[in-house]
Amino acid sequence: MIPAVTLQSVSRHFGSVRALDDVSLTVGQGEFFAMLGPSGSGKTTCLRLIAGFEQPTSGHIEIFGEAVGGIPPYRRNVNTVFQDYALFPHMNVRENVAFSLMLKKVDKAVREREAEAALEMVKLGGYGERRPGQLSGGQRQRVALARAIINKPKVLLLDEPLGALDLKLREQMQEELKALQRELGITFIFVTHDQGEALSMADRVAVFSLGKLVQVGTPEEIYRKPNSRFVADFVGSSNVLSPDFVASFGGEKRWASLRPEAIHLVRGGEGKLSGKIVSRSYLGATTRLGVDLGGTVLNAVVPSAGDVPGEGDVVTLGFASDALHLMEGEA
Amino acid sequence: MSTFAASPGAVLPNRRGVLGALSDFFWRQPKLLVFLMLLPAILWLGIVYIGALFALLLQSFFSIDEFSGLIRYEFTLKTYGELLKPQNVDVIFRTVSMATAVTIASAIIAFPIAYMAARYARGHWKALFYLGIMLPLWASYLVKIYAWKLILAREGILNWVFEQLHLTWLLDAWLSLPVIGGNSLSISYTGTFLVFLYVWMPYMILPIQAAIERVPTNLLDASSDLGATPSQTFWKVIFPLALPGIVAGSIFTFSLTLGDYIIPQIIGTSAFFIGQAVYSHQGTAGNIPLAAAFTVVPIIIMGIYLWMAKRMGAFDAL
Repeated sequence: MIPAVTLQSVSRHFGSVRALDDVSLTVGQGEFFAMLGPSGSGKTTCLRLIAGFEQPTSGHIEIFGEAVGGIPPYRRNVNTVFQDYALFPHMNVRENVAFSLMLKKVDKAVREREAEAALEMVKLGGYGERRPGQLSGGQRQRVALARAIINKPKVLLLDEPLGALDLKLREQMQEELKALQRELGITFIFVTHDQGEALSMADRVAVFSLGKLVQVGTPEEIYRKPNSRFVADFVGSSNVLSPDFVASFGGEKRWASLRPEAIHLVRGGEGKLSGKIVSRSYLGATTRLGVDLGGTVLNAVVPSAGDVPGEGDVVTLGFASDALHLMEGEA
Repeated sequence: MSTFAASPGAVLPNRRGVLGALSDFFWRQPKLLVFLMLLPAILWLGIVYIGALFALLLQSFFSIDEFSGLIRYEFTLKTYGELLKPQNVDVIFRTVSMATAVTIASAIIAFPIAYMAARYARGHWKALFYLGIMLPLWASYLVKIYAWKLILAREGILNWVFEQLHLTWLLDAWLSLPVIGGNSLSISYTGTFLVFLYVWMPYMILPIQAAIERVPTNLLDASSDLGATPSQTFWKVIFPLALPGIVAGSIFTFSLTLGDYIIPQIIGTSAFFIGQAVYSHQGTAGNIPLAAAFTVVPIIIMGIYLWMAKRMGAFDAL
């Protein structure tokens, strides 16, 4: 099967700034693909290159097997949901949603019907007459979504679509986006800096840092087997252990990651992993402890249900040996 | 804890005496502060400005006694009847046509300039743009107009340029056209039009530039993303969003042309514009009621214009 989007050693430089540097990746048809990274990591540039707002400095991009070099955005069957929605303020909701049909000179009655259907799909049926300014952030987000899917594009690009919404609404929209993607069967590529969002929604995740693609994999691979210190730290705040530290308790002298929730408290034991609790934050179901092991602070997440020791207490930590992950991306 | 020990209590002392007390007072009475700040403006606008305008309107309902030349202070529509005499309608028609032509032409010329300035000019270029637009406004209005009279004269630089380009025939052909032609540019309607266009152009460019600058770039991206060619993006997104700016600019160019009496006096034919009619009626002729009635015409025309612009949705994007 032809991949939905292919990037071959794509770079985008702005003067001396390498916004995107030699990135190659493939997004399969019907995939829900997340591009994850902190701001300035190149993920949005990557999206803009696929949409056609930017042209690569070097490299090659294909959409459904067709080379798109030099093809303007209006000739790409790809639509975008913009970060701040980019709704047209001089049009009502229906006109916004039907904009692309209006450009194609689709009959007015037909395009109004289709716009209403698209609005139904994002649960905004009957909002056609309103102005974007009269809607809440969440509603505007849905209008932007309806406007982007009305054309049934080959690929839907979403640039931090949930960034401006509050937590409750964000969780709800995550569910709805996934349901919508299943229903439409369109390839979704979405950009986010929220690792939780990327892990919970995507089929595969690409992690970006400083313009480079660091790791691509399923959420589970990314979470459990980060290939570098950056990924381990950025995706789920893992403990990053230095080679010396790993070697000190008999491991290979390599950088390793250890998930905070893989660590447990050992009752009554005294071992190499004993130290004083220097921080303690209650997170509801769990409590996060920072334990100072002679200079290295390990974060452990333990269930709040039991008897959790307090700050200043000396505890002993333990973890299953297979929880320790050696990172091949680090020397 | 030692760092906190030296700090004062939870409420800081009022350090500035009377002024400090005043600050506290106004902080508690924000509406009073707003009222006090608005008071001079309200007095100025309400009494000096609106009041004077109202007095003027009132004058237009009086009439002049044809024998004595004195004003009769009785309510009558006779003066407005006089306004509808052919020679006066002629003045109104001439002025409105000129204002319309000047407005349309300046919108067409101003738009690309404003667009470039809003979208592409950055840093020094932006400063240069503002300087270029504002600089002519700092020079004396009369000096500029007399300069234009020389430029447009038969012996002027414009004629010379046409001559050098061997295009004198084109200029002559233009000047031989009825109505807009004449013996030379400086005494034709074309000349009046060019000077109006030059003098009011900044008032068209600046509001359009401000309107275009407020259009977020991502709307243009969105339009293109949804399949709009650059020309479709222009007509469906940029133009409607810049329309309030164009309307604002056209209010300036249109009303300034309607009211001006110096440019048509120095450049162009001897036929009167509204401004000149007002000037002569209130001056030499002493017919203040007719002068007032003439002044009402631009007000009514602008009122109709704004109402139509609103109905056509020019302000929807605001």
